[in-house]
Amino acid sequence: MLTKKQLFTRGMLDISPHMLSVIPFGIICGAIGVELGFHPYLVYAMSFIIFGGASQIVFLQLLSGGASSLVAVASVGIINSRHLLYGAVLSEYLEKLSFIKKLLISYVVVDQGFAESNKFFKKNRSEEFLHYHLIGTGCTMWVCWQIATLSGIVLGSFVPEELGLKFAIPLTFIAIVVQDLKKLDHVIVMITCGLSSLLFFDAPFKSYIIISPIIALFVAALLLRLKK
Amino acid sequence: MTLTSIIFAGILTYFTRMTMIALISRDMLGDKIKAVLEYVPSAVFPAIIFPGIFINDFGTFIEMNDPKIFGALVAVIVGYFSKNIIATISAGLVSYWFLIFVVFN
Repeated sequence: MLTKKQLFTRGMLDISPHMLSVIPFGIICGAIGVELGFHPYLVYAMSFIIFGGASQIVFLQLLSGGASSLVAVASVGIINSRHLLYGAVLSEYLEKLSFIKKLLISYVVVDQGFAESNKFFKKNRSEEFLHYHLIGTGCTMWVCWQIATLSGIVLGSFVPEELGLKFAIPLTFIAIVVQDLKKLDHVIVMITCGLSSLLFFDAPFKSYIIISPIIALFVAALLLRLKK
Repeated sequence: MTLTSIIFAGILTYFTRMTMIALISRDMLGDKIKAVLEYVPSAVFPAIIFPGIFINDFGTFIEMNDPKIFGALVAVIVGYFSKNIIATISAGLVSYWFLIFVVFN
């Protein structure tokens, strides 16, 4: 049995390599917000209140492009609706927690944290304090995201644009799913999702980000049937 | 006002995170659904990966000889064999930089 502290530390260690892409991206997010002409306090408030990478950029770009706030808010909701899927997966491991703890832990569930903690959960189902791993990944993400966006806001885009560091984001997610390329069913699901996302990229409110996972999960359900 | 919109967007985002964790109990999800949920990472992350590679900042498709495609392929190969996140990201970035700064320059 691992202690709470060990699990928390393990979570921190498991997510820390992703900071290689998260920190530059956070700096870019902060800098873009100020460049688009928003008050620095507002740009930072988003990191605290929304705490959701890409959705923050989209929100500001929409508003500065003249979209109504309703459209901007709806887009954030749709982009972040993928968390519903993460929650459905995680609920199995968090069911023993009290309602209050569930409410608190929910705030720090992010893409990379979900991915790394889910991998850990699958291998260590019997651990009693599993959720401390998720707190470890989530808090690490939270602290780094706050610092990174703040530095982008204060210092501007000191990361040279020519480096194209936004490209680190798809790379970080490649690192997350690449081992599943060993399984044919997962490969089919991934390709379905990827192609759908390109096909529906122009769908309103950035909804490709939830439409393509839903299509891919349908394909996964079909594959499960065929396997039987 | 912008701050009000940010707060609404934040509440909405928090609900997407909290709903399934706090309001759904394990018994409400059947075995079949749980089996499908095993595929969530594979079903969600390519929707971030593919547009990040194949679509540029202006929302249009990139050319087939774009350095990003090469960088992503290198990242996949290095990631597959090294099982190391830092190696995967660095390999992708360095090969991408090599193309844009050395080869195409």
